Amino acid sequence: MTALVTLPVLLPLLAAALSLMLTRFATIQRLLGLIVLLLIVLDAAWLLQVVDSEGPVVVQLGGHAAPFGITMIADRLAALLLLVSAVVTLSVLLFSIGQRITDYGRDTSSTAFHPMYLVLCSGVSLAYVSGDLFNLFVAFEIMLAASYVLITRRTTASRIRAGMTYVIVSLAASLLFITMIALVYAATGTVNLADLADKMGALPDGIQLGLSLLMLVVFGIKAAMVPLHFWLPDSYPTAPAPITAVFAGLLTKVGVYAMIRTQTLVFDHMESWTVLLVLGSLTMIVGALGAIAQDDINRLLSFLLVSHIGFMLFGLALFNELGMTGAILYVVHHIIVQASLFLACGLVTRHTGTVSVNGMSGVAKAYPLIAVLFALPALSLAGIPPFSGFIAKIALFQAGVQEATPIAYVATGAAILTSLLTLYAVGRVWVVSFWGEPSTPHPDPDPTDELIVGTRVTSRSMTTATGGLVAAGLLIIFVAGPLSGISERAATDLLDPSSYREVVLGDSAIAGGGE
Amino acid sequence: MTVAITAGVLVAGAVYLFLKREMLRVILGFVLLGHAGNMILMAAGGTSRRAEPFGTPEEPATVADPLPQAFVLTAIVIAFSITIFMLVLSATGTENDDTTDGANDPANGPTDSADGTSQPRPARHGARTEEHP
Repeated sequence: MTALVTLPVLLPLLAAALSLMLTRFATIQRLLGLIVLLLIVLDAAWLLQVVDSEGPVVVQLGGHAAPFGITMIADRLAALLLLVSAVVTLSVLLFSIGQRITDYGRDTSSTAFHPMYLVLCSGVSLAYVSGDLFNLFVAFEIMLAASYVLITRRTTASRIRAGMTYVIVSLAASLLFITMIALVYAATGTVNLADLADKMGALPDGIQLGLSLLMLVVFGIKAAMVPLHFWLPDSYPTAPAPITAVFAGLLTKVGVYAMIRTQTLVFDHMESWTVLLVLGSLTMIVGALGAIAQDDINRLLSFLLVSHIGFMLFGLALFNELGMTGAILYVVHHIIVQASLFLACGLVTRHTGTVSVNGMSGVAKAYPLIAVLFALPALSLAGIPPFSGFIAKIALFQAGVQEATPIAYVATGAAILTSLLTLYAVGRVWVVSFWGEPSTPHPDPDPTDELIVGTRVTSRSMTTATGGLVAAGLLIIFVAGPLSGISERAATDLLDPSSYREVVLGDSAIAGGGE
Repeated sequence: MTVAITAGVLVAGAVYLFLKREMLRVILGFVLLGHAGNMILMAAGGTSRRAEPFGTPEEPATVADPLPQAFVLTAIVIAFSITIFMLVLSATGTENDDTTDGANDPANGPTDSADGTSQPRPARHGARTEEHP
């Protein structure tokens, strides 16, 4: 069973090394990536089933006892996100393989892309299953280092500038992260999350609050929480469509996951947290207003991404079971929907040859399939029933109303307003770009540049990948019952971390006794 | 105390370098900031205890804490590799590494030799003519 936890980390990492050696054999390299990610999907599905029925699976690496060794643990939340992320990474890989084949021909391969993409997947998996703070830092670094390469690959000078913004902001956050680890270690003498949960309670309130806010800032930068979001709409849209999709779908959500994990497990929040409620509401409103002002469709979606991070923060900030359930449902829904929107958007811009919303029209008439692939996740993002966004949002609204404090009502109001603004933003795209008579596609100025927008061929695997991801988003509607069940149980686990602690520290006591 | 002052001086130097225009200075600033983080991490293990942690069984009161040292080692390796990557970026990004006014404007930016990108990109950059100093 323990292999189920380590495989999603090890498999892509080893495959990345192999992939680097196979750069001469493009087809094998592509197959390797797809097979590995497919295996991870299966592994994560199995893990979720095991964890949901038997409780968290813990691996103490090297057999060292828990507070001293490195712990990897998969509980319901980690396993669920692992599964969703694996589905997204698989679809996006299929999409980018399709895009690369149409752009550069069947036999060409890029040295960096496949290995780096697999390293990114490995880092994301490690972030979900790591059971100590320093390992989480390493996971973030693996993930970010790969993302630096992916975002600046094959680009020109002006886009490297945008990539540089991303690298510098991420690096600053990482350095803050390491300082935070130093302070946590100085205060408690441990970095194991389960052990920290025991020891943090003994510290004075002021130090606890300081560390908790520091963690909020560190993960807030990664998650693009307002007012730490400025880097995101500037850097994400400069990457190729599939890369933006995987960044938007996963990287910010890993930040949210880390936030949920640390704030629930390590710190003892008994009631709703006003600071986070305010920040969450601000994130929703600022992001949505930013989205309305955009003409570049990628930037518009990036602002919507920022805005919807606010919903997750809102659910987390309530620190009750309903809120946490809503937050988890929202993360799951948003990973899939945001990634499929960016993929659909990639298809649209390849057909129309422009990213300007006002510059294209009549997409629905000219390319009905692509219009459907864009419309379904867009409606889901806005929270129209019966799509997955509706299920997640209704859970959050219920949680906010149930909390029944003035600030919770304000946050709920902000969430409802943001849903309407989101509907307006995607509705505007729909009316301006998708309705009407088809416009003449913009010609392709330079077929060898991956990023310059211009009319390009699309391959069947790109449409298939987008369709698959949209279908996965629709599947949420049909498995809403079981999914809510798992989310609820995961939320209960998060709010009562004693079982998490027991599994990590208890097992180690037995292992320690045996040595 | 010494560690705290050293970390403070390093951070001050880093901030000074961040305020410069050249990318190289900014990267050097990150090198300093990384070291400041490492100093704080070392201080977390206590600076008074210096005896080697492994080998001869020693008094826990004098033995150094090996864990922060291991953390620092990892952090140094990571920071080093990212620094190299950033240096490559700043070298390939443009012929000179100054962040000058209007550098984001495609018309002013240095043209990439291979594809002459300055012309066809207003669609992508049309919406973002703002912000950067």
